[in-house]
Amino acid sequence: MASTNSSSQFGTSFSPALGFRFLLLAVLSILLLVIDNRENHLDAVRKAIGAAVYPLRIVVDAPVSAWHWANETTASRNQLQLDNSRLNTERLLTQAKLQRYAALEAENARLRAMLEARSRVREQVRVAEIMSVSSDPFRHTLVIDKGTRDKVYEGQAVIDAEGIIGQIIDAGVLSSQAMLISDPGHDLPVEVNRNGLRTIARGTGEFDRLDLPFLPNNADIEPGDLLVTSGRGGAFPAGYPVGIVESVTRIPQEPFAAVTATPAAALNQAREVMLIWPSDINQQDVEPAAESENDAEAAAGDGTDAQASADAEPGAPTDEDETDE
Amino acid sequence: MSDVRISSHTPIILSIVAALMLSIAPMPDWADPFRPTWVALTLIYWSMTFPNHYSVGSAWVVGLVLDVAQGTLLGQNALALSLAIYVTVKFHLQLRQFPMMQLSATVFALLALYQFILFWINGVAGVNSPAVTYWGPVVTGALIWPLLNIVFVGLRRRAR
Repeated sequence: MASTNSSSQFGTSFSPALGFRFLLLAVLSILLLVIDNRENHLDAVRKAIGAAVYPLRIVVDAPVSAWHWANETTASRNQLQLDNSRLNTERLLTQAKLQRYAALEAENARLRAMLEARSRVREQVRVAEIMSVSSDPFRHTLVIDKGTRDKVYEGQAVIDAEGIIGQIIDAGVLSSQAMLISDPGHDLPVEVNRNGLRTIARGTGEFDRLDLPFLPNNADIEPGDLLVTSGRGGAFPAGYPVGIVESVTRIPQEPFAAVTATPAAALNQAREVMLIWPSDINQQDVEPAAESENDAEAAAGDGTDAQASADAEPGAPTDEDETDE
Repeated sequence: MSDVRISSHTPIILSIVAALMLSIAPMPDWADPFRPTWVALTLIYWSMTFPNHYSVGSAWVVGLVLDVAQGTLLGQNALALSLAIYVTVKFHLQLRQFPMMQLSATVFALLALYQFILFWINGVAGVNSPAVTYWGPVVTGALIWPLLNIVFVGLRRRAR
């Protein structure tokens, strides 16, 4: 990292050369900035340096991982029992919902077939661990431990159990960076679940608030409405929850209503996120599915010691890691 | 004085790596706006002490790494850091004579310059963020400088 200057031995006489070198580097930086801001031509550079930074990330993340690991291994029996019973209850509730869901899905497929509509894509999901979150308070990004080696691609949707978290903006080989929907630079096409009203949800820089800046005053939207991804724009699969409308302020002389929403996903609390791969329902991608099963087992194995002890009821879906649309 | 030979670069490079790690380490949300600009502080010290070895070139390379680590625009930290280090190296002889209070005040000014460049590039690139919050790292950086100085003096003895 030592600079290769030192052509002169005296402290004062290197000043002109210093000024020249600085000017050169400044021009180079500005060039980089312009190219990086406009296009993605610098991906290779980013990836190369990113690979060098990867060990640092691991070291930085180690105390946090160790803390979580210690917490899990030393969790009291009482805590585990509480978790166990809570998870069991949750599982029962979820399965009850799933039964209805299966019926609805079959009905949906039948109706769609009758309409001769394009079959909807079904997604494949994989768990990824968050390695670090952005240290810049105005760039809501996080780094996950899956990269192009695991077929992560730029623009891919990232979700958690509750809803959309963000999308991949930079896929490295072993790790990649995702932008959260709360980033001030993030726009997300959404629709109101109740009536299909389409609009854009924009990040605000706060983890618990999204803005919907483009709704006219007479738009049919109310606090409590569920926002889901509309699938317009292609980046996000349709139908995932984004947030709940929190407040609607209609000011008569303004063209647009001031609408805010609370994100459904726990944007600043998640430890694990899920990546979605769209794949056509007709061509079954066997290989990633098998992988994702392993991942689910791994995640369940180290994540919850309080795994449901009861055997799954016959006919219950065993493939937890795959969602069908 | 300024062409001091360095017998070992290891402690210096390690300190820069440590600064990089501190700048990507996870912190609680409330503390994040006050995270000192570790890399800038470290480079200011080393370029002031060994301007022949650590100057704008090293600052630019480290800045580029920081850009990738923090996910900022490529070249943003590189430009801001090399400007801050350029000023430091330009005035390194004066800076060395300053008493600690005055040096801290100068570091405050250097960090303000650094943060201003970051803010300015963000503004041009359309990453909007309130200007007030750029001051937290500047203040904490200047406050922590006397403490850091003790650490660096120890490291410098090893480097020589």
